[in-house]
Amino acid sequence: MKGPESETMPDSRATGGGANQPVDRREFLSRSLPAGWVLLAAFTGCGGEPSAPAGGSEASAREAGSAPDSGSQAPASEVETSAARDPLAGYDPSQHKYAMAIDVDRCIGCGRCVEACKTENDVPREPFYFRTWIERYVIQRNGNTVVTSPNGGISGFPPVEEAEILRTFFVPKLCNHCDHPPCVQVCPVGATFKTEDGVVLVDHDYCIGCRYCIQACPYGARFLHPVTRTAEKCTFCYHRLVKGLVPACVEMCPTQARIFGELNARSSPLARFQRMHKIQTLKSHLNTEPKVLYANLDGEVS
Amino acid sequence: MRQQVSRLTVLFVILIGALVAARIFLVPETFGELGHFRAAAIGDIADLQVKYAGRAACAECHTDVEETRLAGRHASVSCEACHGPAADHAEDPMARQPEKPVGRALCTLCHGYDPSRPTGFPQIDPAIHNPLQPCTACHQPHAPEPPVTPEGCSGCHGQIARTKAVSHHALLPCTTCHTVEEEHKLNPSASRPTKPAARSFCGRCHAPDATPPPDIIQQVPRVDLATHGGHYVCWQCHYPHFPELR
Repeated sequence: MKGPESETMPDSRATGGGANQPVDRREFLSRSLPAGWVLLAAFTGCGGEPSAPAGGSEASAREAGSAPDSGSQAPASEVETSAARDPLAGYDPSQHKYAMAIDVDRCIGCGRCVEACKTENDVPREPFYFRTWIERYVIQRNGNTVVTSPNGGISGFPPVEEAEILRTFFVPKLCNHCDHPPCVQVCPVGATFKTEDGVVLVDHDYCIGCRYCIQACPYGARFLHPVTRTAEKCTFCYHRLVKGLVPACVEMCPTQARIFGELNARSSPLARFQRMHKIQTLKSHLNTEPKVLYANLDGEVS
Repeated sequence: MRQQVSRLTVLFVILIGALVAARIFLVPETFGELGHFRAAAIGDIADLQVKYAGRAACAECHTDVEETRLAGRHASVSCEACHGPAADHAEDPMARQPEKPVGRALCTLCHGYDPSRPTGFPQIDPAIHNPLQPCTACHQPHAPEPPVTPEGCSGCHGQIARTKAVSHHALLPCTTCHTVEEEHKLNPSASRPTKPAARSFCGRCHAPDATPPPDIIQQVPRVDLATHGGHYVCWQCHYPHFPELR
């Protein structure tokens, strides 16, 4: 209420005060408001490049960029909701609840998962951007724990001084696809979300690159893509899942350290894994309910 | 109607109109259908291109290799882990031939020694395990054999074996000069092979009046043991695995 009143204040003051041209000013106000709106509407309706993430017109620009996109990809006859579009045809997300299990004792640190992920998802090759990566934990005799991940482990690990080692192992990491994802909670525009089948995804056409989700992720699983300037993370290779394939890292793991499957199925490789192993999740005290389950995990890992 | 009321009414209508218009124009098409996000984004992500076809796609054509692989110790290793992403090849076999890894770099990513690897995983030290030899020279990558006790000396003494193979002593088996007990294969340092201890041993072939083994057809160099070399044993001056011609 305060806003509109203060808007009209100069107007009434001008009338009462008998200033030079009160009618002009009133006319100006009454005309400029709709005129301004018409301009704004015209701008949002037809202007706006898809790749112009600047200022307040950002959301409108992205909307304008994505609208023709959806129109051109779907056949002209069925421009319906996104769920009815081709890539998801024959796929029912309500029938799935995905999770990944990782057997730490099987990981040999060969980095094939990292390589496969970078190739499959066009992740930038620079050593700072990973959707999945391998950490080597070296717990030394003096009590120190040294964690290294040179280039995510994509080309192996350098030799370590063996006399120092008390125990050592590899831990593959990725987005935990939390059931209560902090990244989704903090996204100011709704560009990251959890699908019905439990996968946390990022809408690259709608992300404004504010990095809030990157800060919020307790697992460091997100990064800002250097070219698109939008948040990036593991998608469980969603484009493979809808085609009945497993994620690229799971497919490529030579020792079957990664198991992928249905969380709620009574019989699935994942269900068997859950029966046969003691399971732990990362930072379970945060109540994020991760869907990446670790077996044989050392207490030093967080 | 009083002037300020009509003004306020107009203003509110404009503001509400702006709000409605903003909602129509600024909120993306499918936003809110499935939750607080753009539902079309799921389709966009699901529409991305697959690069790795998966082992099932490879097996459709390469049945023989698949059978070999599944019976061996690389049963859990996907074809594309070594041959690279091949969805394009699976789509159109003529489009591109998947690469065939050469050398040792790829194998040692998994099988090079690293203390962090799980105990019992087959590993070698690339620096001393037959260096310069491509792994596929000895190992069949589709069905690799587990390490066994070496049957021949070259299993461990590869460098000597390869040197001798191009020398004048190529036709002599190691046991001509070395006596090796069976224990040496299992416990190399506990039972060491013998070396010729006397000049007369080499003299069995190289003395002026010696008779070399019948299968040696080349001319054997002769030396007079009484005058040549003084008190040294022959191998102290000559390298018997690669003896010089003169």
